[in-house]
Amino acid sequence: MKIALMVTCLADALFPDVGKATVALLERLGHEVEFPLGQTCCGQMHVNTGYQREALPLVRHFVEVFEGCDVIVGPSGSCVGSVRHQHAMLARQAGDEDLAQRAEAIAARTYELSELLVDVLGVDDVGAYYPHRVTYHPTCHSLRLLRVADKPLRLLRNVRGMTLIELPDAEQCCGFGGTFAVKNPDTSTAMLADKMRQVLSTGAEALAAGDASCLMHIGGGLSRLRSGTKTVHLAEILAVRE
Amino acid sequence: MTTDLGIPVVAPRGVGHLRGERPFPAAARDALANPQLRRNLGNATRTIRDKRAAVVAELPDWEELRRAGEAIKAATMATLDEHLERLEAEVTARGGVVHWARDAHEANAIVTDLVLATGETEVVKVKSMATQEIGLNEALAEAGIEAKETDLAELIVQLGGDAPSHILVPAIHRNRAEIREIFLREMPGVDADLTSEPRQLAMAARAHLRERFLRAKVAISGANFAVADTGTLLVVESEGNGRICLTLPETLITVMGIEKVVPTWGDLEVFLQLLPRSSTGERMNPYTSAWTGVTPGDGPQAFHLVLLDNGRTAALSDAVGRSALHCIRCSACLNVCPVYERTGGHAYGSVYPGPIGAVLSPQLTGVEDNASLPYASSLCGACFDACPVRIDIPTLLVQLRAAHVDAQRERRIPTAEALAMAAASWVMADADRFAAAEKASRVGRLLGRASGRISALPPPLSRWTGSRDAPRPPAETFREWWAGRMNTEGGT
Repeated sequence: MKIALMVTCLADALFPDVGKATVALLERLGHEVEFPLGQTCCGQMHVNTGYQREALPLVRHFVEVFEGCDVIVGPSGSCVGSVRHQHAMLARQAGDEDLAQRAEAIAARTYELSELLVDVLGVDDVGAYYPHRVTYHPTCHSLRLLRVADKPLRLLRNVRGMTLIELPDAEQCCGFGGTFAVKNPDTSTAMLADKMRQVLSTGAEALAAGDASCLMHIGGGLSRLRSGTKTVHLAEILAVRE
Repeated sequence: MTTDLGIPVVAPRGVGHLRGERPFPAAARDALANPQLRRNLGNATRTIRDKRAAVVAELPDWEELRRAGEAIKAATMATLDEHLERLEAEVTARGGVVHWARDAHEANAIVTDLVLATGETEVVKVKSMATQEIGLNEALAEAGIEAKETDLAELIVQLGGDAPSHILVPAIHRNRAEIREIFLREMPGVDADLTSEPRQLAMAARAHLRERFLRAKVAISGANFAVADTGTLLVVESEGNGRICLTLPETLITVMGIEKVVPTWGDLEVFLQLLPRSSTGERMNPYTSAWTGVTPGDGPQAFHLVLLDNGRTAALSDAVGRSALHCIRCSACLNVCPVYERTGGHAYGSVYPGPIGAVLSPQLTGVEDNASLPYASSLCGACFDACPVRIDIPTLLVQLRAAHVDAQRERRIPTAEALAMAAASWVMADADRFAAAEKASRVGRLLGRASGRISALPPPLSRWTGSRDAPRPPAETFREWWAGRMNTEGGT
């Protein structure tokens, strides 16, 4: 299958390993990955901060870049959530019904990584090997916007050599929330503190999640504490072989 | 003669409790630094959360019930004027008197005049969000009337001289040691040996309240629902104080937001299942009191219903935003909210805290008077999942953020944030510009060379690095890696 990678602006600029791992994984499973070079950002930060007017050009750009792709995957529940739940709505609010319908058509074939693997490609064992103690944080938008449910966990449970430890209060937000983290730094940090306490209570070497943004937040906190616990994206685990 | 109703107005300033003194981030900072508050909130919200989850799981048709609740409310709001007129006609036909209050000032004046007309200087109250919203107790006090709260938690709040911090559990910020101290200090004639044992505290409050109940001639209540079909009002509660307030006094005055009306008794079937399970985590609440007009020789012989707008019509005028008016005040969204769980209700500065308060308060006051509240959420979505009438709170918060940003566009000098967002939009609307910006950001690699982490950045990014390290930009972006790979492989 030919799969277009929507790498997300964050992974592109700051966490390229997430994109590389996604490519390696999909190619190993026998698929052809394309990377539409025109891609930039889904516009979620603008929308969620209230800059709808500034987000609209990004939605239009996204639609133009990905319109020709049959299947699109993004290694982020949050960005895929924006494509699926915000793009058409934004276009419609701006009175652009044509753009809204094009955005809806693209959203219908845009998947978060675990959705693509389990629902579209029908695999929950990708043959990965990751000999570490790992705990998993189900990011809010994967969980409640996309409803990926246990798909990431099904993939993780089939990873050879890995000990998967349940994260207490896993479904609570880590406090990132995009610009929330800087607009309400104290509340965000209080949420982060509780999330880190739970992560550390598991004794895991690494915290896994399907969103580089949440991992950047929790990882930034764990790094500040010199906790010795690292963060790893779901794709980076699934890409590793023995 | 014609009446010019004009455009819908927001809740007026200078009266009531819909606006905080400080923006949310500043008020939250104080709350976050209070270890007692953090522990109380954490324990209490977790307990209620677990209870709710257990009783919700019992109902196989919970999702259908939520959808029914949503549909009934949406249909009612679409023709709210008709239902309200029906309600007025039915209440009037059954011996009640209906008053229309455009805002807090009007509502307070109506209630104050009604109480003054009875000659009484003391009233008992059953917990009511609407009367807190309009600052009724303060208005009554100015007229020399003492309003006594009778709900246990409201009594604690009133005696303690502070403000409610939760819709359902107004004294959630107090623990029993604090409650004991408040009782010893403020309750006349209380047993000096009072301990902090919950039953002892409850019995002390009971003795204190019983005396008030028995001498009260006037009661003031809110309402959870009003059935337009029969002109019936309902109060749903747990302690029985409501039942006493609604039956013992001679005069009953009910202040109700106009959005509380439902068309028929059949609609209550849905809400009386949704409400107790969502709010207290009970299958059924202990007391559901319903009354219709005046019944000669039984209960209050004078009944007044004050229908309150105070910004609701303005909220109703927004086709998307109006769904916030569907709220049945269960407080499930507070209990699941990770922000509320840590800051508590006072940080919101409004009688309506938590996720729904972050929507409702700015809707009622106009967004610029509560501009920080729509941002008091990480948009994690837990509130939407918990809401018994499926209010899409995250979407409403984002809508309000956009309204705030649009209001700020009127400024002659744009905010730094607006400039940054416009610049980011320009950069990200084009891949070449974006790639150039990525290259430029690589200057960040100069930071954290030794440690591999960036621990301090200048404002406004210092708000990030105040508590978290920032990632060091990589030597090569993904798109550079991809381009290199294509070149080596001779691809396209």
